[in-house]
Amino acid sequence: MASLAAIFGSGAMTNSIREIEDMEVIFIIGSNTKETHPVIANRMIKAFRKGAKIIVADPRRVPMTRFADTVLNLKPGTDIALISAIAHVIIKEGLFDKTFIDEKTEGFEEMKKSVEQCTPEYAEKITGVSREAIIRAARVYGGSRKAGIFYTMGITQHTCGTENVNAAANLAILTGNIGRESTGVNPLRGQNNVQGASDAGCLSNLYPGYQKVDSPDVRAKFEKAWGVTLSHKQGLTTTEMIPAALAGKIKALYIMGENPVITDPNAHHTVEALKKLDFMVVQDIFMTETAALADVVLPSTCFAEKDGTFSNTERRVQRVRKAVEPPGEARSDLSIIMEISHRLGYTLDYKSPEDVLLEFGKVWPNIAGITYRRIEKEGIQWPCPDTNHPGTPYLYKNGFPKGKVRFSCVPYTNPAEEADKEYPFVLTTGRNLYQYHSGSMTRRVPQIEAHAGQAYVEISPKDSEKLNIINGDSLAISSRRGSIRLKARVTSSVLEGTIFIPMHYHEAAANIITNDALDATCKIPEFKVCAVKIEK
Amino acid sequence: MPKLTINGKTVDAPEGATVLEAARMAEIDIPTLCHHPKLTPFGGCRLCIVEIKGIPRPVTSCTTPVSEGMEVTTSSPQIEDLRKTVLELILSDHPNDCMVCERAGDCTLQEMAYTYGIRENKFAGERRVYEKKDGNPFIERDLEKCIMCGRCVKVCREVQGVEAIDFGYRGFKAKICTAYEKDLNCEFCGQCVSVCPTGALTGKMWSLKGRKKDVREVDTTCAYCGTGCNITLHVKGNEVVRVTSREDTLNEGWLCVKGRFGYKFINSPDRLTKPLIRRDGRFEEVSWEEAFDCIANKLTEIKAAFGADAIGGLSSARCTNEENYAFQKMIRAAVGTNNVDHCARL
Repeated sequence: MASLAAIFGSGAMTNSIREIEDMEVIFIIGSNTKETHPVIANRMIKAFRKGAKIIVADPRRVPMTRFADTVLNLKPGTDIALISAIAHVIIKEGLFDKTFIDEKTEGFEEMKKSVEQCTPEYAEKITGVSREAIIRAARVYGGSRKAGIFYTMGITQHTCGTENVNAAANLAILTGNIGRESTGVNPLRGQNNVQGASDAGCLSNLYPGYQKVDSPDVRAKFEKAWGVTLSHKQGLTTTEMIPAALAGKIKALYIMGENPVITDPNAHHTVEALKKLDFMVVQDIFMTETAALADVVLPSTCFAEKDGTFSNTERRVQRVRKAVEPPGEARSDLSIIMEISHRLGYTLDYKSPEDVLLEFGKVWPNIAGITYRRIEKEGIQWPCPDTNHPGTPYLYKNGFPKGKVRFSCVPYTNPAEEADKEYPFVLTTGRNLYQYHSGSMTRRVPQIEAHAGQAYVEISPKDSEKLNIINGDSLAISSRRGSIRLKARVTSSVLEGTIFIPMHYHEAAANIITNDALDATCKIPEFKVCAVKIEK
Repeated sequence: MPKLTINGKTVDAPEGATVLEAARMAEIDIPTLCHHPKLTPFGGCRLCIVEIKGIPRPVTSCTTPVSEGMEVTTSSPQIEDLRKTVLELILSDHPNDCMVCERAGDCTLQEMAYTYGIRENKFAGERRVYEKKDGNPFIERDLEKCIMCGRCVKVCREVQGVEAIDFGYRGFKAKICTAYEKDLNCEFCGQCVSVCPTGALTGKMWSLKGRKKDVREVDTTCAYCGTGCNITLHVKGNEVVRVTSREDTLNEGWLCVKGRFGYKFINSPDRLTKPLIRRDGRFEEVSWEEAFDCIANKLTEIKAAFGADAIGGLSSARCTNEENYAFQKMIRAAVGTNNVDHCARL
């Protein structure tokens, strides 16, 4: 998100879900859309049925490949080489949009130079994708002016996550596939309100509305709005707070509705860090693995028990409505926060959730025009600066906030950890269709548990033959950080040398073994590549 | 734009529209069972028949494209008679168990039977009997209630791209089958359930939890992935008993297995119901007052001893915008640090 914001101006999906159906080309990279965003996949299938060509780049043969014109099964962590080679072909074959480049971009020559060496032949060696497929993808994507790029954590959860996004954005800039309907660079957000939590300023370097905490002017604005002196220091991200807790620099954590024991990399390390805290509060709807380590646990409400808004992946602010009463003494998160803030000496006085949204709109003009009344029937997409504004389905219609967009030069870097003699397989992690994130919700749905309640590791038929493994065998998968035991699932959806484990299962938590190496800019961990060994 | 008349009313229809679409745009009702506006036309149920001047026999309006000057009649004694016969034929092989059917009150077939006043059936006779139950945990498939409209087959193919089911066998033995008639093993999106016009396809977990008339419907936004599907919670008492989605929404009424069938965590017996404080390694139930005091005192103490930057807050992508805004404001303004983040990276 940070990298997307740095390039274009906003860290969000540039276009809308509805526009997908009129795209000519859909380039999916690092997104298992059919399982993680099934209803967006429905739109893509609709486009497919109207004649759209779909390109899928993924280390696994994900279900969307069934609808693909071109499948690029690359080795995990080699995205930059693949994308740069596609850029190389687009430039070489003159498929770029010269007018767009001349008028709206800068740094084309440098970028051109940076991908000059990255021929399809060179990329084939690194990525394992055939040069023909790379050339075909370049021609399909570069040949369209109604082409959209879609990605998720498959390209961001790497030590080079920022660079991966930069490389993908280069393709859109190169072909002018941005700033118009049915185009764009579209990160699909994995959680219901991850867009909203980011918008609302739950980020250590940004106030609400992506306004920098280290800018004196911005700070002054928020100090005035909130009537309080604010810290001028950038804070720590989740992935930095955990090591800081281990180092004794963070003494207390207040965790609302998160389960880092399951969702953070290198889980043993996370547990050790949380145990070291002097004080931990967890506010949640279930006794999660993280809550079990807390000093105080507060029962809160789920989405069906409160009023408010969520912002979806396409920047649409939508209503959440109370349908049932919370169980027992559980209280809404907002009322808990207000009470604690008050006791800490700063009074938050909101009569209703809408009051909060209205205040949010005062400090961030992009949502100033959104009221509950206006989104009664249908949500509105920000930017929506005033109450007569209809919202913005796609961004940059009238140019970019910075005037021109800059191409990025993206050198290829190897993943932080590669397969070697001792750990000869590459593990990549993700979700499956049935379970969700740490599983605290879906694993309590008996029907889902009945169908998809068991942890498993996907292994290719070739590797399983080599290691004499059959479906259902119990395997120990180990990395330098830990080991888990789970059942083998032999499937050709993973490539030889790669294995896949879904992240949801606490009894065999993939994040016990994942690498906590971080991307330098975004501090995102490299969940998608780590070296492991397989034992029976 | 072709101009045609329907029941004497002049209608401008878009190029390529069917007679049924043109009629519905002009707010002229034609009964249908197999037609679904988001699926390709089928012409299977024969209820949508109309008379078109110049064509000797009635035609199905759902599969007939409009043309310039067409004169359409949607209702006549002969047409209504034919429709009634079609319905009687369907009902002759349909269990008469509306009293216990999950879809009673929300069933197109039941509505039609009511509209056409069908009490006795001149075609009463042999019935299809299917005793085998599908063992999947999500979707109840009661093939005896199936009217072979084919909507489920189409939605599975055209919208979901899965093709888990299709027509099998011929004539009286025809039915909707999975490959080799095994238990359903698909993506369990339940799109088929949402388009089924009868009680043939329902959610297994809906059983005996309350029918349409028993529930209160609340429109809200799904709490799983970032797509933000618009969902409708069906509430009975204090329990969410079903999730559906309206067709005129962002997600066009389509959902996934989590959104449609993954709601039982809401009323899970595992829910936390009381504040807890750890004492001597064990959690004890306490009052809110006590919990608030403990948190405020501890955070104040730690802030005094080590500074505000020794405290961090993790907010939640599961919570609302309002809660997230308030949370970061509490951490920044009340605690005094920018150590606030959420799980965007995880």
